[in-house]
Amino acid sequence: MSNIWVIFKRELTGYFATPIAYVFIVIFLFLSGIFTFYLGNFFERGQADLLPFFSFHPWLYLFLIPALAMRLWAEERKSGTIELLLTLPVTMTQAVLGKFLAAWAFTAIALALTFPIWITVNYLGSPDNGVIVAGYIGSLLMAGAFLAIGSCISAVTKNQVIAFVISVVVCLAFILSGFPMVLDFFNGWAPQVVVDAISSFSFITHFDAITKGVIDLRDLIFFISLMALWLFANAVLLEMKKAD
Amino acid sequence: MTSQRLVELQKLQKRYGPLIAVDDVSFNVSRGEVLGFLGPNGAGKSTTMKIVTGFLAPDAGEVTVCGYDLARAPLAVKQNIGYLPEGAPAYPDMTPAGFLDFVAQIRGLRGKQKASRIDDVVEKVNLGNVLHQPIETLSKGFKRRVGLAQAILHDPQVLILDEPTDGLDPNQKHEVRTLIKAMASEKAIILSSHILEEVDAVCSRAIIIAAGKVVADGTPAELEARSREHNAILLTVRGSGEDVSDVLRRLPGVKDVKLLHKDGDLRRLHVFPKPSQSILAAVSRTVGEHQWRIEELYVERGRLDDVFRSLTTKHQAIS
Repeated sequence: MSNIWVIFKRELTGYFATPIAYVFIVIFLFLSGIFTFYLGNFFERGQADLLPFFSFHPWLYLFLIPALAMRLWAEERKSGTIELLLTLPVTMTQAVLGKFLAAWAFTAIALALTFPIWITVNYLGSPDNGVIVAGYIGSLLMAGAFLAIGSCISAVTKNQVIAFVISVVVCLAFILSGFPMVLDFFNGWAPQVVVDAISSFSFITHFDAITKGVIDLRDLIFFISLMALWLFANAVLLEMKKAD
Repeated sequence: MTSQRLVELQKLQKRYGPLIAVDDVSFNVSRGEVLGFLGPNGAGKSTTMKIVTGFLAPDAGEVTVCGYDLARAPLAVKQNIGYLPEGAPAYPDMTPAGFLDFVAQIRGLRGKQKASRIDDVVEKVNLGNVLHQPIETLSKGFKRRVGLAQAILHDPQVLILDEPTDGLDPNQKHEVRTLIKAMASEKAIILSSHILEEVDAVCSRAIIIAAGKVVADGTPAELEARSREHNAILLTVRGSGEDVSDVLRRLPGVKDVKLLHKDGDLRRLHVFPKPSQSILAAVSRTVGEHQWRIEELYVERGRLDDVFRSLTTKHQAIS
């Protein structure tokens, strides 16, 4: 446990030792602002909620989270520090969790810095703050799932660009799997169970459910088990491929 | 317990696809030994070290470090090893201070003990001046020292150093070697190198590995004795009359005489002995008898280079 904490601290301070943290946070805040106010018509809707803010998060994360995750293991591989880290007395699980949790905590910080919009909406009207809290929780869970995917893919290559591109594609698949165009494609020929299975993997479906203020245990389990699964794969792949 | 075995390798094997990187490698290292691990690039030195340090899993074979079986107790093994990987990797955006603090914490050091260990190694490897500079801005020599500091931070019983002096200037090499020698008595140290003078300088034992196999194991002196030049005599004499080469060639212990240079009555000769024979006495007696004037006489110890070359290239058999 203490090793996870030591790795976590090192990683998290690492973000702030380089421009990565500042660039990421500024871009994240800037884009979420643009999405909310221009595309989401935050003011024109005349409703005191943060739905336009949250509904763009999957798309925001689609590019930003793989960019954050691509370096997690690819960089360790490239610089050779993976050999150092994994010959220190830490287990693979501790290393994977420590790095993942640090990246997740970092996105939590970025997400927390969007608080002015919460203040704004409370100033302009009287929103249901419970729903907003649920939205933040859902957004954080979804970010974690994206990160776990990115971390796992970053573990199999030393090339960060490859890690980024593949992560974006996989994340996109998880976003799109609930979309009618994807489901229609399968509808014609695949059995209903398969179509349901595919649609149930959609981040959007689970995320939307949470942002509506209903924190269903099934949605929580979905995101958490998805993270666990990808991180498990991360550890296994790393164990197998750490030499090359 | 001076000859306590700290590292034991048994029949290690590792393949990369069709390539056998490590083939049936077995050896032991005891406390107080500095083992030089020699071999051409790609011979399997680094792979063997990566296996011992628990980074790579062997396909077959066993590693025991300080009594712990690597396969069963990897963390205990890692806790007892200090490892400097090839190229001394370190997190580039950290400072040496931050980096050593991180490694110390992972190693389970806390509070005062941690601070005093860090102070100690910083002094030992002379990092004081660059302690708060990002590692990526440091010179190669300093980076290597950061890696070394990290490896000895927890005062491990076993030290494994992959090319610890590679890329350092002669002064830095000397410093690192002095440091290694100073620690040698209380630890088991394995260091890989392809610089043969290094083995002479610091190692109490050398293993030569070629194509994944151990081809020689002995003290540097023993290995040198396998060289064709071992106990050969380089002789420059002034003398007239009978041909010097012919006289020397007739001596019982002499295998061959090579005339290197001839200028009037001055001759420079290379006299090779038969295997494991000393010919110094016979040669000097003969020179005396013929009243040749010696300008130069030098007994060669044998060159590790030659042994290394002949052992690691197949077509060249050792004489």
